[in-house]
This record gives sequence, structure tokens and C-alpha cells, in this order.
Amino acid sequence: MTASIIGTSVRRKEDHRFITGQGRYTDDINRPGQAHAYFLRSPHAHAKIKSIDTAAAKAAKGVVGIFTGADIAADKLGPLTCGWMVTSKDGSPMKMGAHPVLAGDRVRYVGDHIAIVIAETHAQAKDAAELIAVDYEELPAVVDPAHAADAGAAQLHPEAPRNTIYQWELGNKPETEAAFKKAATKVSLNLTNNRLIPNAMEPRAAIGEYDDGTGGYTLYVTSQNPHVARLVISAFIGLAPEHKLRVVAPDVGGGFGSKIFIYAEEVVCTWAAKKVKRPVKWAAERSESFLSDAHGRDHITHAELALDADARILGLHVKTTANLGAYMSTFSSSVPTYLYGTLLSGQYNIPAIHVEVDAVYTNTAPVDAYRGAGRPEATFVIERIVEEAARQLKLDPVEFRRKNFVRTFPHQTPVIMAYDIGDYDASLDAAMKLANAKDFPARRAEAKARGKLRGLGYSTYIEACGLAPSAAVGSLGAGVGLWESAEVRVTPTGSVEVFTGAHSHGQGHETTFAQVVAGRLGIPLENVEIIHGDTNSVQFGMGTYGSRAAVGLTAVSRALDKIEAKAKKIAAHVLEASAADIVFENGEFKVAGTDRKLAFHEVALNAYVAHKFPTSEIEPGLKEGAFHDPTNFTFPAGCHICEVEIDPETGVTKVVNFTAVDDFGNVINPMVVEGQVHGGVAQGIGQALLEHGVYDKESGQLITGSYMDYTMPRADDLPTYKLGFTVTPCPSNPLGMKGCGEAGAIASPAAVINAVTDALGVKEFDMPATPQRVWATINRNRAAAE
Amino acid sequence: MPSVAMTVNGKAVSGEVETRTLLVHFLRENLRLTGTHVGCDTSQCGACVVHVNGKAVKSCTMLAVQAEGAQVTTVEGLTQDGKLHPVQAAFKEHHGLQCGFCTPGMIMTAVDMIRRIPDLDEKTIRAELEGNLCRCTGYQNIVKAIEAASKEMKGARA
Repeated sequence: MTASIIGTSVRRKEDHRFITGQGRYTDDINRPGQAHAYFLRSPHAHAKIKSIDTAAAKAAKGVVGIFTGADIAADKLGPLTCGWMVTSKDGSPMKMGAHPVLAGDRVRYVGDHIAIVIAETHAQAKDAAELIAVDYEELPAVVDPAHAADAGAAQLHPEAPRNTIYQWELGNKPETEAAFKKAATKVSLNLTNNRLIPNAMEPRAAIGEYDDGTGGYTLYVTSQNPHVARLVISAFIGLAPEHKLRVVAPDVGGGFGSKIFIYAEEVVCTWAAKKVKRPVKWAAERSESFLSDAHGRDHITHAELALDADARILGLHVKTTANLGAYMSTFSSSVPTYLYGTLLSGQYNIPAIHVEVDAVYTNTAPVDAYRGAGRPEATFVIERIVEEAARQLKLDPVEFRRKNFVRTFPHQTPVIMAYDIGDYDASLDAAMKLANAKDFPARRAEAKARGKLRGLGYSTYIEACGLAPSAAVGSLGAGVGLWESAEVRVTPTGSVEVFTGAHSHGQGHETTFAQVVAGRLGIPLENVEIIHGDTNSVQFGMGTYGSRAAVGLTAVSRALDKIEAKAKKIAAHVLEASAADIVFENGEFKVAGTDRKLAFHEVALNAYVAHKFPTSEIEPGLKEGAFHDPTNFTFPAGCHICEVEIDPETGVTKVVNFTAVDDFGNVINPMVVEGQVHGGVAQGIGQALLEHGVYDKESGQLITGSYMDYTMPRADDLPTYKLGFTVTPCPSNPLGMKGCGEAGAIASPAAVINAVTDALGVKEFDMPATPQRVWATINRNRAAAE
Repeated sequence: MPSVAMTVNGKAVSGEVETRTLLVHFLRENLRLTGTHVGCDTSQCGACVVHVNGKAVKSCTMLAVQAEGAQVTTVEGLTQDGKLHPVQAAFKEHHGLQCGFCTPGMIMTAVDMIRRIPDLDEKTIRAELEGNLCRCTGYQNIVKAIEAASKEMKGARA
């Protein structure tokens, strides 16, 4: 086994347990003596709670305990919090309303938690919840973010007048205004980025446990970042000291952002375990996921682009209203600001940018990061308006893009980011070739002869991954550092255990991380074990989101540097040579220029028996750790091209071709990377054509509350994608990786809607392009033409 | 509480259940066969697909008592003598899974699909997957895995 294993499509080590039904997800775990929890939730979008009567419910069969917000308050359990401070343009800090883990005297969205009912079985807990009598005084609900700040709108939180959390800006306003003054052409566009409901296939779940003997709590939870959960539950909520709380995130069935956040249920189950002196297990029903998982996106935007007479971009102005729902979720403030405004320059030279974002409260589920988090929204704005600019100027959208591409690196944008490397022409060329773009006019004519409408849409995207240099995010308001840790433990027999703070919930870390280790040390893949997801095993880590595995892998790589350095010293003593003469290649430590050598496992054994080196100089054992803080974001970029065919009689839009060419830098496992692109694009096409989280504008009831109403992409909604890759190795990490987890979801919605608007010949079209909306547009246009 | 008896993965099993207990809960809670998953509450997602008397069934749409006397196979029962079923092997070979949560239902659906339809092409597979949701893979590699397994099993029968 040599370094060549890095970059190959090794089949996944973790698959065996999943394909044989031996995965261990939170709901698969059963603790001795456990009781089952059900949460009573608000049926109203906005109401005062006048009283709660639990007497009848407490007397119901099987009930072990029922607790409400009053019990939480009595124990002084702190509220959930948002860990990223965003400052408004007037210098004032964001205005955060309290988010108790069980409601106090007010509920603010349908699904808000009111009480935990604990019983012998889940069915009994659910039955008993129906016996709780809550006296509500209904209040008017604020549902539409466009009107949340209106005078006279109902107020959600006393801390946030006019339901406004912050009014943030980034970029240079006077320069942008000047750009528009001298513009030869101005392009404007209204955009809606539809609310999405993440829908990882595994619903959230938690088991809380308290050990009276040790005074320690354990929480098994569906989390992408167990250490962050422990930190928040300990330091901010105050449930237990950090060292008395163990958080385990076992196999997790998808996250897409929605399992980053600290939720009420996991806190309350853990707290209640001590109250009832039994482990307390809760698993969400899908209906609860729809109501209470943090949703994604939900932006309303007006964008304007200024162009000179030669079609070069002079300036961009963007004004967005972001709906953050009824409470601020864990990282919600950062999504429509630093993960959004910073990416609005796209792949283009834009001398002046000014972006303004108003974040508002509404009586809807909290909104936070969902696959891509801010970057899909930014890409949708810039790629839609660039396409529209080309159309307005009657230019080829490809040529318009090329005219404005960034081609020299590093490139400092007006919105913080410094792009380190890229080749946007290369990915555009490759994508056009794969998509056979040059023959599109013939395909369009052929479709027209069949009475169908064809459209072609581009999205030349850039995003930022590998979040992120700690000092940089700290200066922008983050409450945490975004480094990652790794510990590499070599056993006496030469196998390796890697403890990583990154968490795998579908990404295949147990394979890709092992590839890096096996390749580097020249040992078989089977001899490497990746351990993650348990605060008792791994010291600390920030978890996985934003393609942070690139950060985690660099931490592993740095720990391996230290392992190699120590192993060389030990090998030198055993081989009776100078450490400077030891070379390590293909898993062997050799004395340069001789045939004297030791295999990796022989050095490992020597490290532990410690017979042949002075332990006064070299400590026995072989174990090293590293904390890696990235020096920059990484910038995956590429080109996605979507070709749609619309049936004007039914309004059905079919994606007939989808091409994605991505530059992720160097790739550890192409098979895994392709899988990430497939899934990301599916979510992006889902957003563009199918998915929409809809609340009733008056009552605030979630209309799309199940798979009967919320359209998930199914196999026959999607095409077989054509994928390609270009490579500019990332200069800011030793493996040259950029990250691949979000690109598909970031790039694709703009490509799809650019294709739909091309086919329909319209300027604006709100996602999702459902048959009903498409049909209505076609018929409106027909009627107008007649 | 009524008692129920059936054969699961070749073994005779029985248990006491509430009349409202769904087959999936009997499998997961009483038998601790947790390979079969619950992903929704409207019989849409297919994470709970098992075989009842040889046919693919969403075990969340069936009461445990309705399975009285039935032959039930779950994903745990597919592996024979330590050898993976060709569909299981194909899911691994073609990267037909990521988080693994929908996988047992996908595999059980695929085995049934291959049994019913001798010549599976991509279009048919996509249509047949109507009842199974996956959020990770975009389905591309699931389709590829089923197509490959179908071909392999056909070759083995010939």
C-alpha cells in the first residue's frame, strides 16, 4: 500500500454495517430502564399561554412525568442561544429574543415546545399529551417576512422592535452609488429564495441519561457536532459542567445542516432524565421534523447591476430581507450575512458591491443553515442577474461571463473574500463540451417541432468552504473558533486509530480519512480506524459542516507529520544511524544509501517496548495530536449547465440534461466526491422545481407539513448527471483540497431557473417552478399576446 | 394485549403487542431488528420496507397482528451464510448509499423489483423507486447499483 491510495475510488469501509442493517442510529439505541418522551407542541402560530393543566395527563396510564416551562424556569435552565453576533449598520448589536427550551407564557410558532410527557411507551406519552389542557389566548401572527417590519404588525419579542433582528451591510455604499451613476446599462431583478425544509431521512432523536453515582449526564443525539452540543448545553444552558456531560452522536442519518443546531428536545430529555431517574428517549415523528427542524433559505431580494458601455460590471447592489423565523437558531445570524454577502462577487471582477440585509422574526419555525447556507442564496442572486444582464444586452451569456471573469489570483473582492486560486474558463469550457452546448439550438428547434419548450441555463459559481480561520470569523462575530483537531494513536502492533473532531453522517470519513492515513504511512486501509462522534473519545472538535472535513483532514495530516518525525528518531536508534539519515518511504524507515530498514509496525513495536532508545530523550509510545486552524477559506468553483424541456400543455418541467464541472482541488476519493455532487444537485433541483415550505399567510399553519404536501425529489424527477472535474490545487492546505459537500446545492438552482426563464422567455420566475406556476405563466403570456 | 406469532428471517417469533402496534415497531422494539427504519409517518419514504410472504411491504402500513403467521424477511435476513446478497454487494460497489438510513428499505425494494421485473432499465428502476426517498445520493448510484445487481442475478440464473 502506498500513497497512491489517495485519489482512488476505494469502496467505503462503513458500508458493511449499513447494507446489513447493523447501523447504530440514535433511535436504534435502547438504554436499560428507559422511558419514552413526547413533546406537546403549540397548535397556534402566536398565542399567550394563560394556563396549563397537566393533572389529567399525569394520571394517565404509563405516565412517568410531565414537565413544562415553569419547571425549566424553576431549575434556572438557560435558553437556547445564537452563537454568532452580527452588528447592525448603526453599530447596534443584533436583537435576540429569549428562546426557552419549553415555552414560558408565549408560543411563537406552530410546533413550539410546551411540555415534555414521559411515559413507559411512546404511544402512552402521546395519548397522555392529548389530556393536557392549555388555555391559549390567540394573537395575530406575522408570517410574511416582507411585512414583518410593517408598522402595526404583531410583535414577537419585546427585545426586537418591528421584529427586526439586525439591519446589516457589507461593502462600499458610496463607491457602489458612484458605479450606478456612471453606468451605461442598469439591470434589476427581484428574487425569492424559497423556504426549504431539510428532511434528512433520519428524523432527529435524543436519549438523555443521568448517572446518580457519578453525577454525570450522557446524551445520545442526532448531531453533526457533538462537542459543540456539549459546550453549548454546558456553558450557555447550564445543565451540567462540561466534564460531567458526555455527548454521543452515533451513526447519523444525514444532516445537511439541520443537525448542527442545539435543539430544545435534546436539552429537555437530558435534564428530565435526572428528574425521573431513568433514561429518557425521544425520536421525532416526521411531522415533528417538518414543524420543528430548523428550515433553510427564505430570502426576498432586490438586486441591481451596473454595467459600462462595454458590458463590464461596474457595481452590484443587493437588498435582502431574510426570514429567521420565531427564534434565533444556533448559527442563524451568520447565514444571510457572512455566508451570503461575502460570496456576491461570484466569479467576476466587480469593483464595487454594497449589500444590505434585514433579518426579521416571523411566527414560523427557526431558519438556519441548510446545505450551502447563504452561499446558494448568493449564487442565485449573482448568477440570475448576470444571466439577465446578458439577455438585456442581447449578448451570449457565456461571452458576457467570460468578459467579467476573475483571471488573476489572489483576487481581493470588495466583500471580504480573497480568492486564492481558480480557473473559471477551464470549468466553463469543460462543462460546455460535456453538455454539448453548441448543438443546443438544434435541440431547441427539434423540441419546438414537437410542441415543447427547451431552455439552457448556466451557473458559473464560486463558494467558500473549509470554514474557517478562527481569528477571521472571530472578528466577524463568531462565538467559536473554527479549527479542527485530530489525534493519531499508533498501537504497538502498528495499526492506527485516528480520533477526529469531524463527524461523518454520510460523507464517508471512515474511508477517506483512512485513505489519507494509509497512504501516508504505507499501511493497509484495514489497519486504520477512524473514531468520531463521542466526547468521551475525542477531546474536542467543531464537527462537520461547510465541507469542514478538509480542515479535519489537514489536522490529521499535521498529526501524521509529528508521528513520522518521532518514528524517525526511534528508527534511528534501533538502526543505529543518525536521525538525519533516516528516510520514510512506502511504509519503511530506511537508512539512506543502505539496505538497513524497519517496517512501520516494527518501529511502532519499538516505540512501546522502549528497549532501544533513551527514554530520557524520547518518550515511549507513539501518539500525536494536532489542532489545525485554516489560513484561509477554500474556494471551490465551477460551472453547472442545465437543459430543461417544458410541456406547455401541462406546465411540467423536465431536466433533460444536467452537467456539473467542479474544481474541488485535489480529491481523496473521486467516487465519494461524485456522490456528494449527485446529492447536492438533487437538492438544488429539488429547490428549483419541487420543494417549498409554505405557511398559511393568515394563520401561520404549516401547509407543507408532510411528504404528502412537501415535494421531495424522487428518482424519476431527476436525470442522470454528467460530471466533470478540473483541478487547481488549493494552496492553503498540504493536501490541496477545497471541499465538495455543498457545491451541488449551491450551483444548481440558478442553472435550473436560468434554463426555465430561457425556455419561457420571461425575466423573473420564483422557485419552485411547479407545473401549476409554469402553466399559469405560459397562459398569462399567451393571453397577453392575443 | 393480543399475542402475535410469525416467522422472521427464518426464525419463529412471537410477542405481545397492542392492537395498534405497527409491524415496523414490532420488528424494531420487540425483536430489536433495528435495520428496518422509520423515516416518516405517512407511508411515503420507504425506509421501513420489508418482505412479507415474499413481497415488498412498507412495514409502517401494516399492523403487527396482520402479519400473524406470515413469513417476514428484513434486511438482516438477506445475508446468507455470511455472504452478502448481490443487491447488498452492488450498493457497496456502486456507492449506492451515503448516510445509510434509507438503505435497508432501498435494498429490500430493489430485491423485490428484480424478482418481479426481469429486464430492468434505468427508466423502469427510477419509476419503481417511486415509494422510496433518499436525501443523500440523488438516486444516481442507487439506480446504477440496482441495474448492476439485476444484470448479475440474471446472469447467475441463466
